[in-house]
Amino acid sequence: MIAVPGGARRSAAAPAPAAVPPDEDLAPAALAARYGLAVSGARPSLRRYTAEVWRRRHFVSAHATAKLTATYSGSRLGQLWQVMTPLLNAAVYYLIFGLLFGSSRGVPNYIAYLCTGVFVYNFTQTSVLAGTKAIQGNLALVRALHFPRACLPLSITLSQLQQLLFSMAVLTAIVLARGEPLTPRWLLAVPALALQSVFNAGLAMALARLGAKVTDVSQLMPFILRTWMYFSGVFYDPRHLAGHFPHAVSAALEANPTVVYIALMRYALLDSVHRADLPPHLWTLAIGWALAAGIGGYLVFWRGEEEYGRG
Amino acid sequence: MADRILPGAARADHLGDPTVIVDDVHVVYRVNGVRPPRPAGTPRLGRLAARRAAPVVREVHAVKGVSFVARQGEAIGLVGTNGSGKSTLLRAIAGLLPPHRGRVYTEGQPSLLGVNAALMNDLTGDRNVTLGCLAMGMTPAEERAAHDPIIEFAGINERDDAAARPMRTYSSGMAARLRFSIAAARTHDVLLIDEALSTGDRRFQRRSRDRIQELREGAGTVFLVSHSASTIAETCERTIWLDAGRVRADGPTEEVLPEYERNA
Repeated sequence: MIAVPGGARRSAAAPAPAAVPPDEDLAPAALAARYGLAVSGARPSLRRYTAEVWRRRHFVSAHATAKLTATYSGSRLGQLWQVMTPLLNAAVYYLIFGLLFGSSRGVPNYIAYLCTGVFVYNFTQTSVLAGTKAIQGNLALVRALHFPRACLPLSITLSQLQQLLFSMAVLTAIVLARGEPLTPRWLLAVPALALQSVFNAGLAMALARLGAKVTDVSQLMPFILRTWMYFSGVFYDPRHLAGHFPHAVSAALEANPTVVYIALMRYALLDSVHRADLPPHLWTLAIGWALAAGIGGYLVFWRGEEEYGRG
Repeated sequence: MADRILPGAARADHLGDPTVIVDDVHVVYRVNGVRPPRPAGTPRLGRLAARRAAPVVREVHAVKGVSFVARQGEAIGLVGTNGSGKSTLLRAIAGLLPPHRGRVYTEGQPSLLGVNAALMNDLTGDRNVTLGCLAMGMTPAEERAAHDPIIEFAGINERDDAAARPMRTYSSGMAARLRFSIAAARTHDVLLIDEALSTGDRRFQRRSRDRIQELREGAGTVFLVSHSASTIAETCERTIWLDAGRVRADGPTEEVLPEYERNA
């Protein structure tokens, strides 16, 4: 790609054969190479990208908090809605499924059981929904400033986790009020939540890329998520459902990641849920889903880094 | 192509190394959901019956083969009529739009500062400063040190406590000032400014011109898109005139600008 200067020029500008050609004789690529310029907007290596994301960790947490504050800034009760929303959610589901349909038959302490399912599922649901819009909804920010875009789905998951912690406080109050004892098993809620957070972050990243490319996905997502909810055993013991199907189908139903994370949380918080009630290999599945979604989602998102905010 | 000489490639004595090389860049936009105008009298039903799907993606060829070299310490003005591809070219240099053909090489990561680039409208000015600084890669300590000077430079707190209000309540001039101040808080190798200076009032325009001067002395390159000829004349010594996506002229501002004004 080195330029080929005209003969007359060469004799004038470069008397010695080893002389360096002047800048104006270089092709653009060679000129860029001479001064160490890089192609603008090129995707960094995975290692450098990860280091960049880590350097922006304060941005991720500040963005998460800011997003949460902004969500409720328009309402008069403000941050109180962080607690009110999960409470009202639980009340509505209890009204419909606990009183109207009476699905509580066979499940002891149905309110606590239901609320655990609703809140844990809601964590995944909101992360996925907001993750789909992570790039599309922040186009102004993406087009204004340069930062690794993975910060956006990550901060969205973090703000949903913050929201969930409020819900968990409400849940704890409900569970204790319903006469469940406080046992050392409650400590299992911490690793269960951590694994679910990694799973959600991975899913949010993968869907953020999809949502940035195909904007219609965010219109479709609510329907997919509602279907997923009915397969997640939020309102009933998923094992009852599994009994109606052939083995392969029921195994697939039990391996559903939201079923796994809900079961873990119920086991941690509710004394009435016994080890024998749980599907087998629960922790293995929880770790497996977290790793697969977390690493897979991150790689998928990173590979699309050059595309975000364009067009 | 190799024997093509890029404008600006020759080394001038008072300028430094190249910071931006734009090599035969074409940018093509895709616009979703925009149907081309229907020929008058074509019945919609008839087209449906004929099973001809109307294309919903249109392509816009905004930049058509632009090449130049920018060097350290240069301030380059981009002029041209609306739709001549100025903003698109800036976004291609910033790495936000992929060139359809050609390449853009840059030193470090260019920062684009545009009028439409609001940060987060529901948040207060203070929060936006914090988020912007952290997003640019500052540490929390650096952000704390930079915070008050940014608010002060933007001058949004002069009449009331606007920094504590959500940004959606700002006037467009106030918002533009704050965004400029955030981006200008860091030294950039390459700073791209899209119309930001013409939105502020006279006093802010003077202050931001001084700040651009400082940024250039910090060994940076500044690109400036503006419809105001006086802003370009006061800030830039080199001007590129874009016309329908092509470079019509590239040279010293005192030569290119009068010619542009005569033709526009």
